[in-house]
Amino acid sequence: MKLTKTLLLTGAASMLALSANAQDSGSGISDDTIKIGLIADMSGPYSALDGAGSEAAIRMAIEEMGGEIDGKKITLQTADHQSKADIGSNIARQWADQDNIDLILGGANSGVGIALQEITSEKGVAYINNGGATNALTNENCAPETGLHWTYDTDALANGTAVAMVKEGNQSWFFITADYTFGHNLKNTAANAVQENGGEVVGEVSAPFPTQDFSSFLLQAQGSGAQVVGLANAGTDTQNAVKQAQEFGLTQAGQKLASLLLFITDVDALGLDAAQGLTLTTGFYWDQDDKAREWSAKYEERTGAKPSMVQAGMYSSALNYLKAVKEAGTDDAKKVVAQLKTMPIEDAFARNGKVRADGLMEHDMFLAQVKTPEESSGKWDYYNIIRTIPGADAFQSIEDGKCEAAKTAMAEGGASGASGTESTSGQAQ
Amino acid sequence: MDFLGVPFPVFAGQLLIGLINGAFYAVLSLGLALIFGLLNIVNFAHGALYMVGAFVAFLLLDVLGIGYWPALVLSPIIVGVFGMAIERFLLRPIADLDHLYGLLLTFGLALLIEGLFRQVYGVSGETYAIPAALQGGFNLGFMFLPTYRAWVIVAAVVVCGATWFLIEQTRLGATMRAAVENADLVRAFGVNVPLLVTLTYGLGVALAAFAGVLAAPIYSVNPLMGSNIIIVVFAIVVIGGLGSIKGAILSGFLLGIAEGVTRVYYPEASNIIIFVVMAVVLIVRPAGLFGKTA
Amino acid sequence: MTDITKTEDARTVRARSRSSSILADVRLWAAIGFVLLLIAPHYVYPVFVAKILCFALFAAAFNLLLGFAGLLSFGHAAFFGMSAYVTGYCLQTLGFSAELGILAGTAAGALLGLGMGLLAIRRQGIYFAMITLALAQMVYFVALQAPFTGGEDGMQGVPRNALFGVIDMSTNMNVYYLVLGVFCIGLFIIYRTVHSPFGQVLKSIRENEPRAISLGYDADHYKLMAFVISAALSGMAGSAKVMVFQLASLTDVQWQMSGEVVLMAVLGGIGTMLGPIVGATIIISLQNELAQIGSISTIVQGAVFVFCVLAFRRGIVGEIKHRWALWRSRSS
Repeated sequence: MKLTKTLLLTGAASMLALSANAQDSGSGISDDTIKIGLIADMSGPYSALDGAGSEAAIRMAIEEMGGEIDGKKITLQTADHQSKADIGSNIARQWADQDNIDLILGGANSGVGIALQEITSEKGVAYINNGGATNALTNENCAPETGLHWTYDTDALANGTAVAMVKEGNQSWFFITADYTFGHNLKNTAANAVQENGGEVVGEVSAPFPTQDFSSFLLQAQGSGAQVVGLANAGTDTQNAVKQAQEFGLTQAGQKLASLLLFITDVDALGLDAAQGLTLTTGFYWDQDDKAREWSAKYEERTGAKPSMVQAGMYSSALNYLKAVKEAGTDDAKKVVAQLKTMPIEDAFARNGKVRADGLMEHDMFLAQVKTPEESSGKWDYYNIIRTIPGADAFQSIEDGKCEAAKTAMAEGGASGASGTESTSGQAQ
Repeated sequence: MDFLGVPFPVFAGQLLIGLINGAFYAVLSLGLALIFGLLNIVNFAHGALYMVGAFVAFLLLDVLGIGYWPALVLSPIIVGVFGMAIERFLLRPIADLDHLYGLLLTFGLALLIEGLFRQVYGVSGETYAIPAALQGGFNLGFMFLPTYRAWVIVAAVVVCGATWFLIEQTRLGATMRAAVENADLVRAFGVNVPLLVTLTYGLGVALAAFAGVLAAPIYSVNPLMGSNIIIVVFAIVVIGGLGSIKGAILSGFLLGIAEGVTRVYYPEASNIIIFVVMAVVLIVRPAGLFGKTA
Repeated sequence: MTDITKTEDARTVRARSRSSSILADVRLWAAIGFVLLLIAPHYVYPVFVAKILCFALFAAAFNLLLGFAGLLSFGHAAFFGMSAYVTGYCLQTLGFSAELGILAGTAAGALLGLGMGLLAIRRQGIYFAMITLALAQMVYFVALQAPFTGGEDGMQGVPRNALFGVIDMSTNMNVYYLVLGVFCIGLFIIYRTVHSPFGQVLKSIRENEPRAISLGYDADHYKLMAFVISAALSGMAGSAKVMVFQLASLTDVQWQMSGEVVLMAVLGGIGTMLGPIVGATIIISLQNELAQIGSISTIVQGAVFVFCVLAFRRGIVGEIKHRWALWRSRSS
């Protein structure tokens, strides 16, 4: 009899003793602190290009603002989403419900990114995604009043690379697509861009995700005789594909390899021997100009590495958010986001940036080619920037997108940030 | 010239590539089958140890400057010794319990080992160059075969053959097989059975490490490289018949080829094909293709 | 070959059989536990407790199979995850009310369980574990590639539709009580199953299958039934989780999830009613506390696994029960 008693009590007690945080129901528009939360990939596939480096970048932005705005302290708290949407959304929910968080950054994983955007928009918290590739964030899942997408999206990456390469005379394409939403998104955007610019897609193969051995897909690509083999995948898949493409002599035989999503950390992991000659689009390169070099040097002093585009995007988004808070005099999410939409975004990271009505931060992208080992002067000296792609050419226009809220706002002439995009809509896509 | 709707060169190329992948499967499933045969343990840590094998090769080069060829021998020895320690100190205490405990223990070990490597090396992956002697390739007419891939097939066939010979044709192997059938009797003949068990586990693990070293130059060396392949290898061992040495080797190669062919006709399904085959085999022949009916 | 679930020695059994009023006992204390759970969300973050309840039900459903039928499944994530997708689809696309969504998920779990069970039940022990693992991996690839699951992005922003079409579910508190209800129903079903003639036959099959067969019981039939019930309840847990988090993702179908639920059951105590609940509570809290760095959480889980198998096979609840029984039999 006492046995069950003990057992039940143990169970009940262990449930109660867990997290003693009492629920806070206070409203908290301005609780005398500006609370920023970073939900990053600290240990998973994106930890090298996100993770601790992102935290350092945000701290740099906070320090640049002097650690406070008009006497109100800026704080930063971090968590690891472990690449799991439910863990990320749980953390965000808890931060919103209990800590009255003002801004959530992060989500370098599309699934986590969308989950965070859903939660923050429901809870009225500002959210800026850096590193999530999916264009759904500013299309079908858009939340333009609170959620922004900063560094890049699938459109910008695929468009940039595909258009540029077709224009250089690489007409026929073969795609190796990672067989999941992200891969197909990337491939479709690129394939459209190829066809609209007079190129031709001669073949495609969907590789299961994840795939360790790409040789049979590479063989099909070789057999197709296409001029360009486009890799619509990411991370370890891309690394394996690139490594094996070199092994199978794809590039030696005259075919060009285009990676539709490649980070500088991937190049670092691959080594220049394997990665040389790859064409890619990037939102930021530490060596792109003086401003970027100067900031990246400071970043390197702090972390021992050059920043990835995601980390630089983190810095930029935190800095501009804080500027907007200062300008608007409030940390109310909708007001700050509205303020951001009126500001030009120009800093160490962004060139000609502006926040659009659908929440996308449109800015210049860069077409780059990976250097040969001979060209490179050492670690991190990896890219030749071939040319700048104006934001309007790189990103999908609001009219072509699926963010109904933004379209309505534009039709009413409500959102001020939207006006600039109209004139350029014809060129994009 | 078409073969079943696909240009013959493409088809032949895919067969060859399937064979190469099959080589990895064969070496890995052989190790699993060996361990299962004598210890009755499904070694869930096999994938993790395959990863450790690749990492040891990487570290030998990176830290000590020891190249590919010595690593091909050293890494399996190092990992094999590590495996023997696992057997001696972790698996032996639970040897008399239900064998499911062995599965659970090695599952925990896999988490532990992968977690530790992730903690130290992250997951972005390390590079390991193809040794100079094996760079380049041959033009076979229907495809370009990198020298390294050809070497993978040769190495796998030699190692599988040698292991099969050791188990089936030598006195040591006979003793091992006898120990499986009747440990007490073998002990009565003065054979140190526990030592035999430890050595077997070490050998099985060394095979995993050998596959890891083979994989290092062509796949990204990263802490999670073993966590998905292990389940495929499980399925292969089930198809071959648990514990059957010959079954493990042959079904390893066969399923590699099956996967290659699927990649021509229906690439999206190539990750599932092995599990589909497994389901069919279980319905038709529950003991596996080469297993003795229980 | 000793059985994985035979952790109680003869003395424990004797001690237990002596306390015949145990049923009344269970009812009383279940009621107290229920009251505690009723007030818990006012002191602890409700979403967190709701998550624990979902996993506790999942672990308890898994334990029904391992603890009472002696079958170690390494593929339970398939039911948990696939049901989550089905519920998410019903709520989001078909506009089902909350209870219908959860029922649909549960039914999906049962169906999938029937399919997998028919294949897997043909083999035992380690074979069974590996076959369930492989079949679950197939389900994972389907979830990854089928269009309705949203692939890598997962199914996001699932609405919390009203219960019976009238009771509002938009607040965390209301969802918590819905999950509590689901949890209690699930646990009740498990309790009834274990303490029914059906449960007795299962136990006898676990103890000695040939004997049970010679007594005229169709062992495979009973095992399949247990498998389906366990799958259905795992699916119910997955469905409830969708209501809490408003999303279904690949995490729930991955084989690591199957491993996690094994760990919860083993840590808490296989073959006990309360064990899986305690195990789930500890593992979920641990994950929450260690959320800062994911790989540490993996390392700790691996270490706990190894430790439990080596030195703590009865699990927390099993160990307490065992010591208590020892003490009772000594003192009497």
